Amino acid sequence: MSALVEAEGLATGYPGCEVGRDIDLAVAAGEVLCLLGPNGSGKTTLFRTLLGLLPAHGGTVRLAGDPLDRLPRGEIGRRAAYVPQAHAPVFPFTAHEVVLMGRTARLGPFAQPGRADHAAAAEALASVGLADRAASPYTDLSGGQRQLVLVARALAQEAPLLVMDEPTASLDFGNQALVLSEIRRLADRGLGIVLSTHDPDHAFAVGDRVALLQDGRIREIGPPDTVLTEAALSAVYGVEVRVETLGSGRRVCVPSLARPAGAGSA
Amino acid sequence: MGRRAGALSRPAFASPGAVAVLAVLLAVAIPIAVLIGPYPMTLGQVLGVVTDRVTGVPARGDTVDTVVFAIRLPRIGAALLVGGALAAAGTCYQTLFRNPLVSPDILGVSAGAGLGAVLGIFLSLPVAAIQGMAFAGGLACVALVAGVAAAVRGRDPVLVLVLAGVVVGALAGAATSLLKVLADPYDQLPAITFWLLGSLASIRTDDLAPALPAVVLGLLPLVLLRWRINVLALGDDEARALGVEVRRLRAGVILCATLITASVVAIAGVVGWVGLVIPHVARMLVGPGFGRLLPVAVLLGALYMLVVDTLARTIGTAEVPLGILTAAIGAPFFLWLLARGRRSWS
Repeated sequence: MSALVEAEGLATGYPGCEVGRDIDLAVAAGEVLCLLGPNGSGKTTLFRTLLGLLPAHGGTVRLAGDPLDRLPRGEIGRRAAYVPQAHAPVFPFTAHEVVLMGRTARLGPFAQPGRADHAAAAEALASVGLADRAASPYTDLSGGQRQLVLVARALAQEAPLLVMDEPTASLDFGNQALVLSEIRRLADRGLGIVLSTHDPDHAFAVGDRVALLQDGRIREIGPPDTVLTEAALSAVYGVEVRVETLGSGRRVCVPSLARPAGAGSA
Repeated sequence: MGRRAGALSRPAFASPGAVAVLAVLLAVAIPIAVLIGPYPMTLGQVLGVVTDRVTGVPARGDTVDTVVFAIRLPRIGAALLVGGALAAAGTCYQTLFRNPLVSPDILGVSAGAGLGAVLGIFLSLPVAAIQGMAFAGGLACVALVAGVAAAVRGRDPVLVLVLAGVVVGALAGAATSLLKVLADPYDQLPAITFWLLGSLASIRTDDLAPALPAVVLGLLPLVLLRWRINVLALGDDEARALGVEVRRLRAGVILCATLITASVVAIAGVVGWVGLVIPHVARMLVGPGFGRLLPVAVLLGALYMLVVDTLARTIGTAEVPLGILTAAIGAPFFLWLLARGRRSWS
């Protein structure tokens, strides 16, 4: 079986500006791949290229075996769902309406969502635990709930692959845990997930594999325990990082905070 | 902010309810508008001539018949058409540009139509030719804006469109001003000024004949594509990731909205504010979903324009240009919206 998404020798970027190159990665069903890298390392550009929102500068992207650039827009939408960062939209659509938009790729150009589409949207919203907020304006929800609504929209899209751009950014501690456990649950249900994050702990928590990006290239890709070493994290982020193992066996990262002399006791 | 905004942003009506209420209001307002005017008529007289026409009795050619069928009904029809059309175009553009402050003029259609009409008046062309030039000017201006936007690649396409609209609109405005300076101040200049403020005073049935099918032609794809247009409100990347061919759909929506706007601006002149304010009110009534919004905005725009035009022809001894009335009503309403201090717009 071919990977849900596969990049080979991929170069990414904007017109006249190359951002990433020599990128090789693949995500299989039931797998979470975490993309980790400092600001400007090309994570968002890579995601947009994987979704066909930006043309590749070189190399190939395949979705479920087929070259991305030969797939029509609707077919891409049926093979990969995009979960952007939770945002505040201009118009107060209800949570149900936002999720229902996930059905678009499964509708003909002139079709309206029917009974089955409404049922799929309601089910997706219920599966992230927000059935009771269906009629609430999206703008009234908390950051974590908004992110879950966008996850539900991707589920309603019924694509086997979820591409999540920093799904835990700008969420508080509790909401981060909520979203991460949902991600793990979805992967266990058989979805392939590629997500970017700024927090190596999140890669330890949910990642089956992790790709460490630096200056537009993948520095290393593999299981979190082997990729996210103290040496690698310190080199990529430019700060000293310690990796500790908790009693439960899970690993966490602890940056050592340099303090100016004399300011430490407070 | 949560609870208060939540209560406000929830739609006040279900869509079928709002459509039904507006249809009833229109059904009441139209006969009233027929009765109001400088020539006094009773309901019985009006019903008499209408019955004669419907039952095929040869027209009597009396004054009541003429006033009803040659003056008031065409004008009422024009008001309904212009109001509904401008509200539809405004609804499209507000969704397309994800900005509730956008009006149908955003891409320069009114500025272009104004230049075309003013050039027609300046050249002392017949009325039909002036209307044709207004229509062509509106389309040409938007085509120029779209061409500029297509040529500037690699930047935010929506921003480029809007900026190009501002620039091309300003250019057309400058050309219009030049023609006003050159125009005959006793004959042409008043006609130009009156046209630029919008009026239905001289509308005849013949004027409606080309505008109505053009508006319907522009409206039809918007109705058919209403679900996808709704998705455009999420922004380019999300809409594309959901399977929408954004570039093509946006071009189609702009074409339709421009056709609709240019058609009515050609017969009514530049009537501002309607396309800006009415979609707002419609969104307050039924929420932001485009499919529900469009019919409510069209009916509401038609009703609003009928009321405003009836005022325009009755409140003074002389006709008040429509643009003045719509601004006088629209601007305070808009300030009220701003004063509510909402973070998101319903």
